[in-house]
Amino acid sequence: MSEAMQVSRRQGSTTSAWGGGESPFGVSWTKLMMWLFLLSDAFTFAALLTGYGAVRLTAGTWPRQADFFNITAVVGPMTFILICSSATMAMAVAAARRGAWGAAARFLWLTILGGLLFLGMQAFEWTSFIREGARLTGFVGHRAGDLPAMFPATFFVTTGFHGGHVTSGVLYLLVKAVQAGRGRASAESIEVAGLYWHFVDLVWVFIFTLLYLV
Amino acid sequence: MAEEERAEGGAWYRVYVLTWLWLLVITVLEIGVVLAGLPRGLLVALLVVLALLKASLIAAYFMHLRYERLNLVFVVVVPLVLVVLLFAGVARDALNVFLLRP
Repeated sequence: MSEAMQVSRRQGSTTSAWGGGESPFGVSWTKLMMWLFLLSDAFTFAALLTGYGAVRLTAGTWPRQADFFNITAVVGPMTFILICSSATMAMAVAAARRGAWGAAARFLWLTILGGLLFLGMQAFEWTSFIREGARLTGFVGHRAGDLPAMFPATFFVTTGFHGGHVTSGVLYLLVKAVQAGRGRASAESIEVAGLYWHFVDLVWVFIFTLLYLV
Repeated sequence: MAEEERAEGGAWYRVYVLTWLWLLVITVLEIGVVLAGLPRGLLVALLVVLALLKASLIAAYFMHLRYERLNLVFVVVVPLVLVVLLFAGVARDALNVFLLRP
């Protein structure tokens, strides 16, 4: 223990939280680092969505999303599935905190299932959009020239970036689920994984609203 | 977690189930608002408010931000002000082009 900490302990930590020798955030470094990473990730998505807003405003015309995407039958259920997986993730964290590792592992597997379902539906949506002639750089075929090229471009980049996050989240949770099943994960590490997963859900809230509904 | 249980009372999963239900209710509302055919400005404003509401629910209860120290909450929330600056910086240029269009 450093001298400063010994002094601080002797004095009963009467100084402020920022005086040194204390943990001002009251969380482990893994959790703090995950929060800082998520903050930086929030800026990445904010930049993508701001760019989308700017090109949409300047494009002049913008297609009705409902002409290309089925909001009630595909995108709505995707949102529903992601919210449910976030809820099961929260349950996994709570179970791990209580030492119920069997339940924690089961909830983690449910969360993974939700993530995979979401990715499957997104693959379906991308496939049908590509069949309509959408490409990363604009439309090909009979729609070429009619519609702004930035419509498919922003769609693929933004949902692709989010889908990439879901994919890495599924891999992350697979590791945690196997560890939890063997009782080899700490509750803290499950909670940190949960922060990542909830953030992916949080970002989808904005993508769903701005790309599909507005 | 201990604080959380004391704060909420009831079964340990109660707060998660409630958050989940509210998120679903707001999602249904969002789709309903779109189908209702409101005027464009009102629709966009409503959707943004509902999205912010959902995001806050997720951050506060699923991500436990409500039960963390205020220090951490500030570290996470305050930099998001920069996003507003980002919007403002880009909006000027984009709106210029938008308003110039006949």
